[in-house]
Amino acid sequence: MSDEFEDLKAAMRAATPAPDQGKKAADLALAQKNYANLQGSQVEARLTSTRAGHGLLNGVKTMLNSLTTRGGLAATTALVAVGVLFLTPLGEDLMTPPSPVTGLRNPVPAGVDYADQTETENAGLADDATARENSARLAPPAPQVPDRAAKTSQLRAPSTGLQTFAEPEASAPVLMEEAFIDRPAPSQPEASSEEFSNAGANPVQITAETPVSTFSVDVDTASYPVIRDSLTSGSLPDPRAVRIEEMINYFTYDYPAPDGETPFRPTVTVSPTPWNADTQLVQIGIQGAMPALEDRPPLNLVFLIDTSGSMNQPDKLPLLVQSFRLMLGQLRAEDQVSIVTYAGSAGRVLDPTPASERDTILEALENLSAGGSTAGQAGLQQAYRTAADMAEAGGISRVILATDGDFNVGLSDPEALKDYISRERDSGTYLSVLGFGRGNLDDATMQALAQNGNGQAAYIDTLAEAQKVLVDQLTGALFPIANDVKIQVEFNPAQIAEYRLIGYETRALRREDFNNDAVDAGEIGAGHSVTALYEITPVGSPAQLSDPLRYATSADVPQSDELGFLRLRYKEPGSDTSRLIEQPITRDAGAPGNNGFAAVIAGVGQLLTGATYTGDWGWEEAIAAAIATRGEDPFGYRTEAVQLMRLAQSLSTR
Amino acid sequence: MLRQTYVMRMETSDEDLALAAAGGDGRAFSALLDRRYDAVFRLAFRLTGSQHEAEDLTQDVCAALPAKLRSFAGQSQLSTWLYRVVVNAAHDRRRRAASRARAADGWGDWEVNRRAENAETAAEIDWLTATMRALPDDLRDTLALVLDDVTQREAALVLGVTEGTVSWRVSEAKKRLRALRAEQEASL
Repeated sequence: MSDEFEDLKAAMRAATPAPDQGKKAADLALAQKNYANLQGSQVEARLTSTRAGHGLLNGVKTMLNSLTTRGGLAATTALVAVGVLFLTPLGEDLMTPPSPVTGLRNPVPAGVDYADQTETENAGLADDATARENSARLAPPAPQVPDRAAKTSQLRAPSTGLQTFAEPEASAPVLMEEAFIDRPAPSQPEASSEEFSNAGANPVQITAETPVSTFSVDVDTASYPVIRDSLTSGSLPDPRAVRIEEMINYFTYDYPAPDGETPFRPTVTVSPTPWNADTQLVQIGIQGAMPALEDRPPLNLVFLIDTSGSMNQPDKLPLLVQSFRLMLGQLRAEDQVSIVTYAGSAGRVLDPTPASERDTILEALENLSAGGSTAGQAGLQQAYRTAADMAEAGGISRVILATDGDFNVGLSDPEALKDYISRERDSGTYLSVLGFGRGNLDDATMQALAQNGNGQAAYIDTLAEAQKVLVDQLTGALFPIANDVKIQVEFNPAQIAEYRLIGYETRALRREDFNNDAVDAGEIGAGHSVTALYEITPVGSPAQLSDPLRYATSADVPQSDELGFLRLRYKEPGSDTSRLIEQPITRDAGAPGNNGFAAVIAGVGQLLTGATYTGDWGWEEAIAAAIATRGEDPFGYRTEAVQLMRLAQSLSTR
Repeated sequence: MLRQTYVMRMETSDEDLALAAAGGDGRAFSALLDRRYDAVFRLAFRLTGSQHEAEDLTQDVCAALPAKLRSFAGQSQLSTWLYRVVVNAAHDRRRRAASRARAADGWGDWEVNRRAENAETAAEIDWLTATMRALPDDLRDTLALVLDDVTQREAALVLGVTEGTVSWRVSEAKKRLRALRAEQEASL
């Protein structure tokens, strides 16, 4: 035995710490709960939200176990009303450069099969094929029947500590749940701990059978930067990460602005479909008004920043600090900013401070560091008190949650989060979610938070993206002009045989919910534009996919030249009753011009998600069409998109 | 199913507890994990070299263990089987991390250099960390086990390699340790 070896042994013995007792208790509880779930699943549906790593839910439990019911309630409110919680990790030194192992704090997906990996690979020398094979194992476990009743009862069981949030919303669309099942295996090995929210592409609808299509607007853009990040790092994005409407809405379009008292104005155009000569695209563009900025009310912003260990990477916390620094330049003296840390030494690291005290805020931002043990309860309560303080100041209150999506300390379950956020959104506090970094991006949770908090989710991968989201589009992000905006289109079966909504899968609404003001929908901010595309198949077109019914009566089909009828509902901020905007969609609706770029992006989104309907239309054609409709492109976003398409083309022919 | 009391379980073997747990006995599972938790954490620390990462890894293992346990057939010792679960979980984390951290290969060198720069604060524990991290994964994993007084035979079972390989890795690791030590002393 060499001295080095004995030294190492001694040093190792001395260095090995005793397990933290709190952590141990939490881990044991987690394991016990997983165990119970597993046993339960043999006889009844599993309680989790049908997400892949059901360990996430356990994260909630882990933390809430140590919360009293009262603490839980406080947590609930705090999260909603206040903005910035810093999820401070255990004793991490932020100055330490990132280690490749840090940052994967998510509990392991249940599908990972550790015990038999050794049999399938040469110890420590996994070749690519093995790695790929193993990543396939990381695919979500087989879907279990999502039994709402079973879930509810489990969530209410006192032992789970979740009873405070356990009110599933009966009226909420079930889509969030569906979004997590039936997903294909991820195509990127590194995406293994990421959670994406998506649903299968909308199917073709037969107008005679289902003439009405209803959905909620969506101004999120988070999907596009995630796709960009994947492509620029050399792999095609996980199809589950692709939400076509978010790709389309990432870009701005030249729609006419509203002139009258309505906060937004719809513009409808009809054009040939790029990928199918026999169908047409109905493009519905909604342009939000840009109110006079001088008159804007003061803002109360609470930055809820995740500084957990997983944020300890250059594209996370440091980028976040730089991003907020950019944003500070946009604020005014009367605006207030507060920062709260979650877990770790401090709760609130910055008391509500006027934005004019720029140096104070910057100092607080730059001093963000992790330390101390996990004190989730204290952090949440601190955030709650901050929220209460800020609420007295008047103005528009918004929580800006910045995270890599790793909500494993107490905030893991989209269902529970949705519940308490949606209860709090009525208080008038908005919630925006900014995602940073990749690796354990919990897109599903981000979506759940933003959709239920009347806010937007954006993903920030570069400082340039921070510039776009937090500077160029800050006004839209922070000042809602219309809440619960719903779109309903009724197609005329005399003209349209089939139609298909492109994207918005996670935003579908039931037909009857259109007129129900109690049903939540998306928000439009100042100056935002929203675009939705329908691919329509005119009656008699060779592109019709379904055969006409033999026994259907066609006599009572109303004879009208209109292609369809567009209805929009929205609420003015602060109002509980919706207003209605109606207009027919006519054949001579006009051509989209350079707004046709939206159609190209819709095609690209389909190419990235399986290209069921795009036929022979491929990357070559997409690139040509994108260049043709690029237009002025003052900020270069569209040019960048063309470059990404080239990358995707190369990657997909590899 | 058989319902034993907790007291009786204290004398029950790990393997029997594991089989009972796999069969749906929640208290057996609880007793088993309680008994093995510290060992899991210890190995996790040796594999990762940081308390924080060890805690994360331990949590991973705890989260996945109930499902894993179903594949425990009682043919190997529970400790061996459990070590294998931990080692594989560590591999898994590492693979996920490495595929994102493109410069993963240079990380060990970088870590050593960084530690060398902070020479005056370098206590023995830093030397340990630096040393462990500078080793390739397979050597480090092997050492993590062998330093924990796991026999080379058991380490071979855990790692799914032959005893000869373990033995070779240990001697290779020692060789590198010597080189590292010399290098570090030269730079001090």
